[in-house]
Amino acid sequence: MSKNAHQILEDPEFQKLKSQKDTISIILTILELVLYFGFIAIIAYNKPFLAQKLSPDAAMTIGIPIAIGVIILSWVLTGVYIYWANTSYDVMVKRVKDRVGG
Amino acid sequence: MQPEVQSVIGTLSPIAVACFLIFVAITLGITYWAAKQTKTASQFYAAGGGITGFQNGLALAGDYMSAASFLGIAGLVSTKGYDGLIYSVGWLVGWPIVMFLISEPLRNLGKYTFSDVVAFRLQHRPIKAAAALGSLITVIFYLIAQMVGAGTLIKLMFNLPYELALVLVGTLMICYVLFGGMLATTWVQIIKACLLLGGATLLVFLAMSKLGFSYPALFDKAASLYDTPSQGFLAPGGLVTSPIEAFSLGLALMFGTAGLPHILMRFFTVPDAKQARKSVFVATGFIGYFYILTVTIGFSAAVLCGTDTMTGRDFIMSIDKGGNMAALALAENIGGGLFLGFLAAVAFATILAVVAGLTLSGASALSHDLYVGVFRHGVSSEKEEMKVAKGATVCLGIVAVLLALAFKGQNVAFMVGLAFVVAASANFPALVMSIMWKRFTTAGAIASIYTGLILAVVLIAFSPTVYEEVFQGTASKAVVAAKARVDVVEKIAKDPAKALAGLQPKVDKLRIKVANPALAPDKLKEAQKELKTAEGDIQMITSNAVAAGVDAAKAKKAEADLGLKKAPYKMKNPGVYSMGGAFLMGILVSLFKREEEAEIKFEAEKVRTYIGIGAEGAASH
Repeated sequence: MSKNAHQILEDPEFQKLKSQKDTISIILTILELVLYFGFIAIIAYNKPFLAQKLSPDAAMTIGIPIAIGVIILSWVLTGVYIYWANTSYDVMVKRVKDRVGG
Repeated sequence: MQPEVQSVIGTLSPIAVACFLIFVAITLGITYWAAKQTKTASQFYAAGGGITGFQNGLALAGDYMSAASFLGIAGLVSTKGYDGLIYSVGWLVGWPIVMFLISEPLRNLGKYTFSDVVAFRLQHRPIKAAAALGSLITVIFYLIAQMVGAGTLIKLMFNLPYELALVLVGTLMICYVLFGGMLATTWVQIIKACLLLGGATLLVFLAMSKLGFSYPALFDKAASLYDTPSQGFLAPGGLVTSPIEAFSLGLALMFGTAGLPHILMRFFTVPDAKQARKSVFVATGFIGYFYILTVTIGFSAAVLCGTDTMTGRDFIMSIDKGGNMAALALAENIGGGLFLGFLAAVAFATILAVVAGLTLSGASALSHDLYVGVFRHGVSSEKEEMKVAKGATVCLGIVAVLLALAFKGQNVAFMVGLAFVVAASANFPALVMSIMWKRFTTAGAIASIYTGLILAVVLIAFSPTVYEEVFQGTASKAVVAAKARVDVVEKIAKDPAKALAGLQPKVDKLRIKVANPALAPDKLKEAQKELKTAEGDIQMITSNAVAAGVDAAKAKKAEADLGLKKAPYKMKNPGVYSMGGAFLMGILVSLFKREEEAEIKFEAEKVRTYIGIGAEGAASH
């Protein structure tokens, strides 16, 4: 196994798979960090923004859909990842495995 | 005088007992079935890798949704409004990180515990010792917090003695893990997750049916009841104060989730990386849904639980000052004793499932990592390892019960925070660097783990919460009381006539309360004390001694301040320093001296991380 690990690493298909997976993981991680710490930053620096009422005759503040939105978007991001992994990553993994006989 | 509203929360209802007994009977039945299939170490630690992604997703949700978050977040929302919502967001956002960075490499590289992964290409013994210590500290603090919370909650819900509740919880969790291993634990989690999600959904449905299924109506009512000119109920309040504090708490919540040993362990129960990622997707969906339900429950409880004489919030806080009974008060309000009994039993089941998962991961750190990996140099027969694992389960269970008895009545809320900070600082950085960074060395990993661990524990021990409120509880309470007293007296001094007008009816009310023979002894004492203070204040105003009163209160405050040793710094959440320190030390020490063997083995690790060749399969044991 370790004998051909080096060869697999050199394989262009493997390198393509690795770089695509790294890119997707990093982009999605950064999006999630921006999403959550953006929310925290608004709480820390601009509370009045979140306290704004959505409409003059309703009590709901803009902060409520934003907070619920962070929860839902976090889940959607995991959905984006799993969609990419199922449709594209798994196919690449299978192709590499077939080539190296894993 | 209006009649006081009676609640049956805090009495042992036959419905709750029946529901609970049914749950115990079913889970013990499953444990019996699982025991027959749990013969090997792989089956004990990882259910033989035979759990599907969907099942594991539900079980992950079951492991993560504790009674503390169900009852605690609903309580926080019902008493503090929007601030409770901020908290619930923080508990969810670690899951996408687990998905993008951790779940698949973990499945492809590890066997039973996350220290397998950290140690994959490094020197096994020192890494396993350090990682096991990180695991154990996380698990034990989390376990103590859950157990003490369990004892207190069960006492509040059923009026069972604290000690009896602990022994009951301890015995059942040991049974599940000892006899049924991961398979039984997984099914306990799945059943509990379904019960909790179903119960919370039903509660929200019934509550919203009273509000015409309209969220705007719910929020309008909540705001009209609790908005004050300076603070809106639906706007962020005092929970998050300084930006660095908020950032630090956020880091600990987010990356702590990705370093919790009992969560990480669940990824070894599925057959491959595809199922591992599916489980995170399912878990994130259920947990997010659960938090949205919990927040709705909190707002609904604040709106619907009001009585003729009290607002919903006051009613909830009259049962428990922390608001922990909000969800149950709402259940009783809209579904009567039947629904209350069912939901209380669900909360009890929730506690059991979470402690069982924690016990299993603690036992695996003791047996698989410490005993086999460190003391036996990785060489041990399957039979021997199982024996040690089972012994470790019993020991850990007993220790958890004993510690929970020792911490009775203590403020242990900080322990969950500590568990998360340790997980984010000692476990997560080493895990991530070992998966991703070629130059990471054994010395670097050890430096990272111990730096994270020591910084987290020491900085929390000297933080204001623990150093002042936990270590010097009496002195700290005295300062708070003295400060409150100064505020009251200064307010009186501003407008004595108005204060006097307010005090007279208060005294009358308290006199009636004190005369009530049905009042509980502790509430009677409290009312008597309040009455005495109010009478004293009237005396003070009528005899024109307000100025002297202010001076006296200030003197008392100064005296109380002297009795309290201040914490060395103000930060409550040290996550940013302990996690940053762990990463920094890991990088610096690794760069200082190369480890050739680790770099060579990194190639095999890479291949396995990305395409899973050579990963531990379900069939390989």
